[in-house]
Amino acid sequence: MENPIDLKYSKDHEWIKIEEDVAIVGITDYAQDKLTDIVFVELPQIGKYVEQYENLCVVESVKSVSDIFSPISGKVVEVNKVLEESPELVNKEPFGGGWIAKLQIRDKADLEKLMTSEEYNEFITGKE
Amino acid sequence: MKLLNEKSKMGSGSFHIRELDIKTNIPKGLQRNDLNLPELSEVETVRHYTNLSRSNFGVDNGFYPLGSCTMKYNPRINEVVAKLPEFNIHPLSKNHKGALQIIYELEKYLCEITGMHAFSTQPAAGAHGELTGTMIMKAYLRKRGEERTTVIIPDSAHGTNPSSVSLCGFRPVQVKSSTSGGIDLDDLRQKMNTSVAGIMITNPNTLGIFDDNILEITKIVHACGGLCYLDGANMNPMLGIVKPADFGIDIMHLNLHKTFSTPHGGGGPGAGPVGVIKELEMFLPNPRVNEKLEFVQTEESIGRIHSFYGNFGILLRAYSYIRAIGPVGLRKVAENAVLNANYMKEKLKKHYHLRYDRICQHEFVIDDSLMPNNVTTNDIAKRIIDFDFHPPTIYFPLIIQGAMMIEPTETETKENLDAFIETMIRIVDEAKNEPQKLKKAPFNTPIGRLDLVRAARKSQLTWCSPET
Repeated sequence: MENPIDLKYSKDHEWIKIEEDVAIVGITDYAQDKLTDIVFVELPQIGKYVEQYENLCVVESVKSVSDIFSPISGKVVEVNKVLEESPELVNKEPFGGGWIAKLQIRDKADLEKLMTSEEYNEFITGKE
Repeated sequence: MKLLNEKSKMGSGSFHIRELDIKTNIPKGLQRNDLNLPELSEVETVRHYTNLSRSNFGVDNGFYPLGSCTMKYNPRINEVVAKLPEFNIHPLSKNHKGALQIIYELEKYLCEITGMHAFSTQPAAGAHGELTGTMIMKAYLRKRGEERTTVIIPDSAHGTNPSSVSLCGFRPVQVKSSTSGGIDLDDLRQKMNTSVAGIMITNPNTLGIFDDNILEITKIVHACGGLCYLDGANMNPMLGIVKPADFGIDIMHLNLHKTFSTPHGGGGPGAGPVGVIKELEMFLPNPRVNEKLEFVQTEESIGRIHSFYGNFGILLRAYSYIRAIGPVGLRKVAENAVLNANYMKEKLKKHYHLRYDRICQHEFVIDDSLMPNNVTTNDIAKRIIDFDFHPPTIYFPLIIQGAMMIEPTETETKENLDAFIETMIRIVDEAKNEPQKLKKAPFNTPIGRLDLVRAARKSQLTWCSPET
């Protein structure tokens, strides 16, 4: 799966999509592939404030339980409730229906520390 | 295999419950007659449980190389001692001096083995020991008038480590592993400051590697006023060779159900005694047993953390193990555990990827990165079952993709080790030539490959009668 060019990426394999003051957060196709089948997503609490690169929530696959780190600082304003019943969406549509949370952006400067799709492609190629 | 409820036949019950002949005042509305308890004859019941136990696999059945768990054989002498009628006593009875002597002497032995100053046998498991140790850390800092907020934990740690420190109100801070498999000293130095209460370290770590820099690590932490906690899950290869106190450890736990051969797993009772240096003795859980076999308490203690004095039956078995093999035997345990692991590692590294190719301690970690045809660690583990071995620990430690963590322990013969090695090599051949077979394994078990994903996503945890 291609890494969409309109997203920004973190070294921890999360992506964000900016929609005005709100950022949609999810995990990349590379991340879901490494995690294998996801069986549970512990969604963050609405109203929770997270710092950039801090623990946002937890996903559980058949293999392991992994932390999801927030690519930016901000307040959680919405979560993808559908994942409670259908965690497999993270595997099937990592960049779409498998989004995890929406964050209110605190500081747009955080975005500068993230990678473009091109940089992220290079980053994961180096890992293989 | 059918469940008891599915085998049940009304009226075939082997005994009957008498009509209630005492007066109760349970209101009619709260009484039930629809419990639907299974009814089976005695012989059917016995067969059910016997067949269930035959489907089980334990260290008494065969080789059980579950890394990081030290699934060692439990010598039968331990059971003989635990069954002595003299020990069939209640902790509140008056004639328990003998039991107190066992606790007192066991603590002394554990002190001698680890170099720690004092032990408490109360904690009931490794994670319970971690919590106890972290509480001691907190009590000590309070007494010094310091409020420190974080505990440093390596990325190769057992998952219980960050859980235990979080439960105690600290924030875990991860420190990276270096390219040689130990702690990255630069990263540690960077993360060390006066808000760090201490480090929780496993040495040898979960890669089976004894950290060459351990003296430097504990020095860095001490220099900042922090304490060094050792997760003693991997004590087996150090018995009689290295004392954790000598490499700068202030608090540690031991897993008696690993290193000291008491039963492990199945949710049964365990024991995770906590040892400390002299300066921290006053914080150990109350009460403790002194040399006159009396109970003593300290004001600074973190308090009681288990009813009475821990799981005494388990303490007794560990005591029996230590006395039966003695100091020379304990050292031999460590030597053989290390020898067995290194023998297997050297044989297997020609066929499997070994990230840290160096002398290991009691266990080592290989992975599936060289496997052809998308064969994964999970497939390998399932296939191992077909050859009457228990699979190793898989997908842990998390820092190695597709990890297989193999811990043979000291009691296995060379023939057993060779048989396992041959099986592992055969599986590599199958991966090349018949990968589809590996994807479907196991074949020689009552049930074949389970659908892990469905089991986790659509878990069904209770039995429902088909009639309801």
